[in-house]
Amino acid sequence: MRARTIKTWHLVHTWTSLVCTLFLLMLCVTGLPIIFYEEIDHASGNVPDLPALEGNASPVGADAIVAAAQQLYPGEQVKYLIWDEDDPNLIYTSLQGPQSPPDEFRVLAFDGRTGNLLQEPNYNSGFMYVMLALHIDMFAGLPGALFLGFMGLLFVASIVSGTVLYAPFMRKLTFGTVRHGKASRAKWLDLHNLLGVVTLAWVLVVGATGVINTLAEPVLALWRDDQLAEMTAPYQGKPPLEQLGSLNRAVATARAVIPGMTPDFVAFPGTAFSTPHHYMVAMHGNAPLTARLIQPVLVDAETGALTETRALPWYVATLLISQPLHFGDYGGMPLKIIWAILDIVTIVVLGSGLYLSLARRRSSIELEIAELERAEARLAAQ
Amino acid sequence: MADSAPLRRGRLSLRQVFAAPLAIAVLSTVGLISALAGDGIWDMLSWLTLAIPVAVILYYWLRRP
Repeated sequence: MRARTIKTWHLVHTWTSLVCTLFLLMLCVTGLPIIFYEEIDHASGNVPDLPALEGNASPVGADAIVAAAQQLYPGEQVKYLIWDEDDPNLIYTSLQGPQSPPDEFRVLAFDGRTGNLLQEPNYNSGFMYVMLALHIDMFAGLPGALFLGFMGLLFVASIVSGTVLYAPFMRKLTFGTVRHGKASRAKWLDLHNLLGVVTLAWVLVVGATGVINTLAEPVLALWRDDQLAEMTAPYQGKPPLEQLGSLNRAVATARAVIPGMTPDFVAFPGTAFSTPHHYMVAMHGNAPLTARLIQPVLVDAETGALTETRALPWYVATLLISQPLHFGDYGGMPLKIIWAILDIVTIVVLGSGLYLSLARRRSSIELEIAELERAEARLAAQ
Repeated sequence: MADSAPLRRGRLSLRQVFAAPLAIAVLSTVGLISALAGDGIWDMLSWLTLAIPVAVILYYWLRRP
């Protein structure tokens, strides 16, 4: 590689890293507890346990759950009904009052066999709420999310440029060399290179899927304007519903349309995933991949008849696959532990990079460049 | 690299420099995908392949010359 080329890549690596490092450090630190979100949620008592029942209990049905929720909070409206992914008898509803901020929900957990309220879990405050809010958008809504997405793009650029620079550095060192005896700068440079290059694939995937996840809101808006609007075109301009029809019937319709899949959640009329006239019953498959790729079934909220169902377009599918690949919650506890270790390794790579660029000494890359320039000058002189 | 005693006299080729990192990256990618593909053995394959970077780091960091 020519000296000028190395210089350019070095410039790219330095500046993309400098701009994004502090935000990436924040993302790595807040991301660490988020890897174990489920376990922390359980341990802090935010997930109800289903009581043991005698005999065979049959589900009371979605309508009974909705009625129970409405009776508890008559001033608010049920917006979503969600089946727990591990236990279909644990059913959550989320409610909002007419004055609620759009992303603040009251969540109620019900026993699907009795219709009894089990708990009102808290998702609007506390340690994990703060970690998630910082990680997703730094409490700044869509602009915050998009800003972090841009930082993620810079991070990807710094990973790519760092990989290119790995070559001129390692031309004379065997793989894995850590110069322990040398000045601490040389040692940390070696560690930065080693840790960075062996985590390359993981960090690229987690970084890139993180960037994709910041686009969740625009991607959903696109789906609404594109496919949802197309599927429900005949309903446009119709007056709003006075009263909602049976949800049991809507769920039965969705089950009949896609027999191999299980209901995941229902978006009620008037939510971001539906129209004013439809229940959107989201169905999911049962393999790790298909469990994430939901299929939306639009059911007339008055009659319970099928309006339409279509597989998700590529852009929503990409978003949904990006979520497990980013959070590492798709391969059991050992995968989560590996995720956490690699997250900490990334913190070390970021920290050592910061140290290397702040330590005011002629860096090895500059010496390397000087050496290459001398060689080029010699060649030119001949 | 004038400030360090090079461990090798000659220069390594690009292929030599990237052989180990590329192998680790390919195995990591297999692991990232395999846990999505299925449970059980597929999860175990992902644990094994994604533990490689961790093991390599520990080996070289803790190894004293």
